[in-house]
Amino acid sequence: MPKVKVPRKSTTVDMTAMCDVAFLLLTFFMLTSNFVAKEPIVVAIPSSVSEIKIPERDIITVLIDRDGKVFFGLDAQQVRKDVLENVGKAYSIEFTDKELNEYSKISSSGVPIEKMKAFLALSTEARDSKDAAIGIPADSLNNQFKVWIKTARQVGGPKMRLAIKSDSNTPYKVIKSVMTTLQDINENRYNLITSLKEVSTN
Amino acid sequence: MAEMQVEDKGKKGKKPKQKKHTTRVDLTPMVDLGFLLITFFMLTTSMLKPQTMEISVPSKDKVEEDEQNKVKASQAITVLLGKENKLYYYFGTEENGVDPELIQTDYSSEGIRKMLVSKNVEVMNKVNQLKLDKAAKKVSEEDYKNKLSEYRASKGAPTIMIKAADDSNYKNLVDILDEMNICNIARYAIVDITPYDLGLIDKKFPPAK
Repeated sequence: MPKVKVPRKSTTVDMTAMCDVAFLLLTFFMLTSNFVAKEPIVVAIPSSVSEIKIPERDIITVLIDRDGKVFFGLDAQQVRKDVLENVGKAYSIEFTDKELNEYSKISSSGVPIEKMKAFLALSTEARDSKDAAIGIPADSLNNQFKVWIKTARQVGGPKMRLAIKSDSNTPYKVIKSVMTTLQDINENRYNLITSLKEVSTN
Repeated sequence: MAEMQVEDKGKKGKKPKQKKHTTRVDLTPMVDLGFLLITFFMLTTSMLKPQTMEISVPSKDKVEEDEQNKVKASQAITVLLGKENKLYYYFGTEENGVDPELIQTDYSSEGIRKMLVSKNVEVMNKVNQLKLDKAAKKVSEEDYKNKLSEYRASKGAPTIMIKAADDSNYKNLVDILDEMNICNIARYAIVDITPYDLGLIDKKFPPAK
């Protein structure tokens, strides 16, 4: 019986093809992606059939969590700086350049203005912690939220759009007070951020 | 990596030959790197851009308020958003001390949507026809938009007053605004709930004790 010769094959596989695929995917992800903005709280947004996309730039984001805490966010760094400076002025608090720079790195914040200095002095980790997410006072006695929106409108001009991102379980009471505040300062058009839901119209 | 080493070993003890390097490079580390970066990008990015719902509320001017009161009783439907995802509606308003009949419904397509569609049949039919035409490319994008807003604002369409109670939640509000969109109702307003409305609910559906 003739011996069957087992051909010795090398175990190395040609990686070129796999490499191509990997980098193709990488390119795709790099081009299509925009980074997740860090938010101080997690909100579960409700879904709707609306298919209007949110604009990428010039948005003022109002985050409302289920306990009714209000957070305020801006997308451009320079605008963030100017807004903080002006809000500080309104409450006669002077912010240093370092503090303004720190603030420009935060996408969304919810601290009463009196505590802002202390908040900016914290480390990044401490800022992300649950205790730091206090929310901006938005009641009728001390409506700092109003000042924030007003200032953002002044700094950003009319092209700024307001987007409200709220948790599904937020009581309507809170939403109403936010809406009334916006109405007070003549902000009558805004967007509600939702996720897409499929629906049959029949 | 591996292939090149094999070649080096083979040279020992042999006649010094001209070094023959393969041009192949081991790409495994590069693949590793590629996938590592992919993982990073996949985890840090948000692919889905959230949708938005555009709403505009009337400004606080008096003019608007007067207009609001002019809502014809025959066309007005008041929708009340109650606590625990409850939903009620009634037609018209209080007349000569007679309360309108309050009907309880829900957010499903069989509930509030059925009622709204039945009240808005004319517009719905027109819009559906328009959508078909658009799908068949009979109307241009611009015409479609113009016509859509024209149909939605037509005379026979009902006017909805949305009144949310303090203990309803945000999802309820979004849901009901969504229904307005689905049912092609352009005339709706978000109004504060009145003690009268709350009283209606309590009278018809008294809270369990």
